[in-house]
Amino acid sequence: MAILVVAEHTNAALAPVTLNTVTAAQKIGGDVHVLVAGAGCGAAAEAAAKIAGVAKVLVADNAAFANQLPENVAPLVAELGAGYSHILAAATSNGKNILPRVAAQLDVDQISEIIAVESADTFKRPIYAGNAIATVQSSAAIKVITVRGTGFDAAAAEGGSAAVEAVSVGGDAGKSAFVGEELAKSDRPELTAAKIVVSGGRGMQNGDNFKHLYSLADKLGAAVGASRAAVDAGFVPNDMQVGQTGKIVAPQLYIAVGISGAIQHLAGMKDSKVIVAINKDEEAPIFQVADYGLVADLFEAVPELEKLV
Amino acid sequence: MKVLVAVKRVVDYNVKVRVKADNSGVDLANVKMSMNPFCEIAVEEAVRLKEKGVASEIVVVTIGPSTAQEQLRTALALGADRSILVESNEELNSLAVAKLLKAVVDKEQPQLVILGKQAIDSDNNQTGQMLGALTGFAQGTFASKVEVAGDKVNVTREIDGGLQTVALNLPAIVTTDLRLNEPRYASLPNIMKAKKKPLETVTPADLGVSTASTVKTLKVEAPAARSAGIKVKSVAELVEKLKNEAKVI
Repeated sequence: MAILVVAEHTNAALAPVTLNTVTAAQKIGGDVHVLVAGAGCGAAAEAAAKIAGVAKVLVADNAAFANQLPENVAPLVAELGAGYSHILAAATSNGKNILPRVAAQLDVDQISEIIAVESADTFKRPIYAGNAIATVQSSAAIKVITVRGTGFDAAAAEGGSAAVEAVSVGGDAGKSAFVGEELAKSDRPELTAAKIVVSGGRGMQNGDNFKHLYSLADKLGAAVGASRAAVDAGFVPNDMQVGQTGKIVAPQLYIAVGISGAIQHLAGMKDSKVIVAINKDEEAPIFQVADYGLVADLFEAVPELEKLV
Repeated sequence: MKVLVAVKRVVDYNVKVRVKADNSGVDLANVKMSMNPFCEIAVEEAVRLKEKGVASEIVVVTIGPSTAQEQLRTALALGADRSILVESNEELNSLAVAKLLKAVVDKEQPQLVILGKQAIDSDNNQTGQMLGALTGFAQGTFASKVEVAGDKVNVTREIDGGLQTVALNLPAIVTTDLRLNEPRYASLPNIMKAKKKPLETVTPADLGVSTASTVKTLKVEAPAARSAGIKVKSVAELVEKLKNEAKVI
């Protein structure tokens, strides 16, 4: 039994979440092979070969895989994956885009965003935005699974010496083309991957006041999020929204500022390791989930916090 | 061109679901049901394409129990032209749903299929992509902008680091993200008119699709409750606790 992990990478470098996915694969048990599909992805493949516990790295270097278009990558993964017991990818926008297409091509169900491995065929995953945890068992010949990175520790990035093998399978399906991308220029970490998240809610009063959170976040190396109330009020764009219909985060530290703590918001952040709430209403529901609560005016507390950290 | 929109009846997003005492699932008895929020965005996008003269007909489809007719009527009131209910009382996995949708696509021959990126009950985020594989169509998932240009559709997608634009050959599949649009409300006259719009009912057997699944749910539990926290008196005390007790900064 061998497990194929589809690497998340930028051609030049391996994304850290691949390490968490490798850990999930090791918990299932069996030889772990990593597939690096891209164009000019030699550096990412080398990094994959160094991950502790990886037995083999397959490299599919082809211009058609440069931008991870699912129409091109999914047939490749399905063809290579047919010989494996499990196919895993991180539950990133990329993994979520490709893996269901792989599963359908192999005619098997897919299991999304597992947070724990019970056995080789049984997994736990959150449903209803994390308000329930389902234990699911798969009898599929090939188990196709996406892994929630925050559910597993990262495997050691050094220490392995896997064999690297080039594969020449697949190509351009001719159905889609990459036009361009506009990556956020912020130096702040990406919201779903950040170790610390600072979020603002309706209590911020306006978009301009978010500058207090940005400067606190910069000092902490944190990402900035928002509640739906702040997004609906037009303070910030909705790609910053944390919650049931926004992004689900599970950082080491989540600082909720001026957020009442509606259930839809809690659904997006209640798996954070430590939650801090700063709110002037001591009855706010956010205090029921906060490890540390501070009843204070955020416009005084946030600048003071920035000074002290 | 013809646009097919798939919608799902789910627990309303404002409801706090409770896990059943026997851990067999969540309690859905007497709980308010609505159209999945991402599906509302899908319907809205189709209606806007029609208003722009790009779409000529909007067909809305759902798969579920007979009560899911309510969500079809909602979509009709929002501007869809006709609707199809694939009636099934089973709880279907994404692959089965994608196979049923594939059968509907074969029959209706739409140029564009719009779905939500995920349903807020099962949180799978699979159906659109699976339909892509089964039909062989290109897919534009997590769309924040959709522009039909000739025989292609340009889709701007929300990816982890920002935005990506892809050009897809038609026919294609689009799944909606939150930023795509703000869905409108159905007006009372339109709700009345929607009652007269066509609603066709078929079964999985009519479509010749097997809905067997290889994944079964063994149990459903409530998530671990967080232990109660403490209130600190000052920012200084908060920083001290974060540094020395929680060790997160």
